[in-house]
Amino acid sequence: MADTENTPAPATDLKPARKVVYCGVCTLPPEYCEYGGTVKKCQDWLEDHNPTLYAQLYSADAAAQNLSTLSVDAQKRAEKDAQKKAAKASAQEARESEKRATSKIIIKRVERNKRKYVTEISGLEAFGLELKKVAKEFGKKFATGSSVTKTAAGGEEITVQGDVSDDVFDWLTEKYEEIPEENIELVEDKKKKSAA
Amino acid sequence: MFKKEFSPGAKSKVKSSAQRAIRAKVIETYPLIEPYIDEVLPKKEQLDLVKIPDRVSLYCNGGTPLFWQHMDDPIVPHLQLVHKYPWCFTRVRIDRGGIRFVLSGATLMVPGLTSPGGRLPGGEESEEWANGGKEIEAGDVVVVDAEGKENACLVGVLKMGTKEMKEKKKGPAIENGHYVGDGLWKLDLS
Ligand SMILES: [Zn+2]
Repeated sequence: MADTENTPAPATDLKPARKVVYCGVCTLPPEYCEYGGTVKKCQDWLEDHNPTLYAQLYSADAAAQNLSTLSVDAQKRAEKDAQKKAAKASAQEARESEKRATSKIIIKRVERNKRKYVTEISGLEAFGLELKKVAKEFGKKFATGSSVTKTAAGGEEITVQGDVSDDVFDWLTEKYEEIPEENIELVEDKKKKSAA
Repeated sequence: MFKKEFSPGAKSKVKSSAQRAIRAKVIETYPLIEPYIDEVLPKKEQLDLVKIPDRVSLYCNGGTPLFWQHMDDPIVPHLQLVHKYPWCFTRVRIDRGGIRFVLSGATLMVPGLTSPGGRLPGGEESEEWANGGKEIEAGDVVVVDAEGKENACLVGVLKMGTKEMKEKKKGPAIENGHYVGDGLWKLDLS
């Protein structure tokens, strides 16, 4: 047993796993950003986050090399393709921002029983939030039950146990600066009260 | 295979017996991975199974996707794993002109591999695509690198053996593969 200490560790010539940078905009390895519709944004991101790789990929040399191996015809087609993609991406972006400007998030306080409330939050998806994730986060943050529920209209919303309307409002406006406060509405559902 | 984006389905833990079977299957399919298997599929870590559309099972470790399998087809590595350990897989290369077709989800066609920018087994010995001169059979999984790029763009099952490709120089090479930027690539497991 004593000599196990002296036994050399098994020789390993294992290569360390490669560390790959992925684009913060389009998620691809940056060398493939040129094939998405967000090249300009990707390029800016890389310049900020990885200047070395940026210099490598976007130097004049690299660009010239890229094209030299393609026939003139293929270059033209690739260029046209890239333009189409970029146009599509910017149209999509315009649509989304318009949708954002006109969409409303509704935080509704609903009285369940006497002094028992639930909070229903709808409209988050228009701002690109993922309901499942946000519901989970609410649950953790407010230490209460929180889930994605179907609405009568066929959509989905988040239902949180308890009256957390103000907290949800604060959380949204702090965490998502791109959501204007005036697009968030706090309402109260008193239909049960008035019926009583 | 994953042209559309999708959300992950039910997630379950893989029992340790099944986990062992998957390790064995991975080593059998990718012999070069054996020295790295403890890094790739650590014995002590929990492997999860996530159901995704079209009867595909995705194996992952927490938020890290590792391998996927469509029904009883071969088990295939996720491209993030390929990017970390490219030398563990059999590789070919497409020419630069083919990249944009692959990234739009088109079937990979043979000319992209047989053209001057492409690489098939048997070329320059020192290159990573030489495969020791051994041809790759139809039905085998290959990783597809791209001319001028460091990272692979596609992984999938060969429809045609590489010997036949060299003779015919046309036809589909890989259908329904997994490519960078597809639904599987964009899948959010967090
Ligand atoms: Zn990008």
